[in-house]
Amino acid sequence: MALIKAMGIETEYGIAVRHAADFDPVAASTMVVNSYKGRDPRRSATWNYEEESPLMDARGFMSEVVNPDAGADDEAAPAVNDILTNGGRYYVDHAHPEYCTPECSNARDLVIYDKAGELILEMSCRLAEQMLEEPRELAIYKNNSDGKGHSYGCHENYLVDRKTPFQSIVDGFTPFLVTRQVFAGAGKVGAENGGAHADFQIAQRSDFFETEVGLSTMVDRPIINTRDEPHADEKLYRRFHVIVGDANMSEFATYLKAGTAAITLQMIEDGLIRDQFKMREPVSAMRAVSRDLDFERDYAMEHMRRLSAIDIQRRYQRLAEQYVVDRRNVDQRHEVNADVVRQWGNTLDLLESDASQLDRRLDWVIKRSWLTAYRDRYDLEWTNHRMRMLDLQYHDIRPRAGIFYRLQKAGRIDRIISQEEAIHAISNPPLDTRAYFRGTCLKRFPEAVHAASWNSLIFDTNERDLRMIPMLHPLRGTRTMVGEMLQQSETPTQLLEYIESKSKVNP
Amino acid sequence: MPKPEQKQARRDEKVRENPEQIENKRDIVEKGNAIKEDIDKLLDEIDELLEDSEEFVENYIQRGGE
Repeated sequence: MALIKAMGIETEYGIAVRHAADFDPVAASTMVVNSYKGRDPRRSATWNYEEESPLMDARGFMSEVVNPDAGADDEAAPAVNDILTNGGRYYVDHAHPEYCTPECSNARDLVIYDKAGELILEMSCRLAEQMLEEPRELAIYKNNSDGKGHSYGCHENYLVDRKTPFQSIVDGFTPFLVTRQVFAGAGKVGAENGGAHADFQIAQRSDFFETEVGLSTMVDRPIINTRDEPHADEKLYRRFHVIVGDANMSEFATYLKAGTAAITLQMIEDGLIRDQFKMREPVSAMRAVSRDLDFERDYAMEHMRRLSAIDIQRRYQRLAEQYVVDRRNVDQRHEVNADVVRQWGNTLDLLESDASQLDRRLDWVIKRSWLTAYRDRYDLEWTNHRMRMLDLQYHDIRPRAGIFYRLQKAGRIDRIISQEEAIHAISNPPLDTRAYFRGTCLKRFPEAVHAASWNSLIFDTNERDLRMIPMLHPLRGTRTMVGEMLQQSETPTQLLEYIESKSKVNP
Repeated sequence: MPKPEQKQARRDEKVRENPEQIENKRDIVEKGNAIKEDIDKLLDEIDELLEDSEEFVENYIQRGGE
């Protein structure tokens, strides 16, 4: 039986200083993240990059004495790193601010934490801007390309059973990813990276994929990424890393993007999807799908007649319809999966009959409809700089400057979460993954958390040696499992003692 | 059996639309105009957000991703 899909999204944001002759993106990104981190000086944990040795595990936890230098003064560690009380991570990655959501157990929570990330970036932006001289202003973009051949990523991660053969993921998931862009694409004016001419295309990232399977994320990008860094018990789990996706402004698009991917991976784990949908030429199809705005093309399949992108998606969706019913007693958040599959089907129907009906829901359709209206108003070419600027400005996360947010404010975007939920998620973790333990410890005992990583926390209580608490199971450390223990611990020492006593009882 | 006056009224309906139908049409036209005004207003807003676009778009370069 397939695992519940713990999942997360890491987004690299574009950054620019307006009205400045030039600027240093690394310095600007550092300023942005530091501004936010500086709000709570008690929280000083560093990020622990050390590979953890496999440890015995009791209820997802075990403590052991660790090297006092662990996590601190790591040369490879970026200077700026904020481990958030929502269980996520906010840091400078090369020349971008990057936000990773905490681990979520379902697509709806993921949307909430993804939106919380935008709010964190926006707050940071306002704080950092106070350090700039007028008329300079900071702009932060949740998109994936500068329009000049440089792409930056929005990567998804899904918890997969180690027993699942990697080849079955390659065979079963590639056609899904190649065609998922029909609803997950964020839209882009023009072509890049040697891609064939396009006035406008469905996805930002599709021009950048050049091979089927590989390890790289920066050159010769693969549709299926083979990075094997589970950040969990490697004997049990794989963290499947998806790098083809666009960053979405639309909540609905993020929801469908992650929700459908999670269910598809479950169907692969359960052997329902093998290689029946294998495409002959997925790499060229990736670019072709992105350019086929009316879904008129079809693609050569290995084991069946040629199919359109919508047909391929529909075959996955039909299998999913029965699959989620069969799993209704397994998944805690069954209602989310059932809704995802319903919306998946509706969206495919609408895309095929009249995609413009999705102009409140899918980024590429929203963007195309406003680009078209603007183009008609001034009789512009697609290559006009104002068209390219509208494309870029759609992704500005500042509510006053961003076109997506202006449209949302005007009531022209369908939301699936409330603003209150997103605000709450800025500083509170999800309840049903190990992010609950991480986030709550950082909230309760900010000064005592010396270092953190996805699968451990290191405590420094000033009273004894540093202690490492491993968290090797993404779906443990939940409020149900550790909530009472955290509530009853008044000091970090008490918490550590509590965990140790439990470990002895339950080795 | 309808009385003659009613017949007359029916015939009138065909030639002229009854007040309700006229009202409906007016509603649709008004709604259409309102939507167009709405869109125009939003396009004006978008216009303001795109100032200095030529220089900014040229200079927007993002290296070192992923």
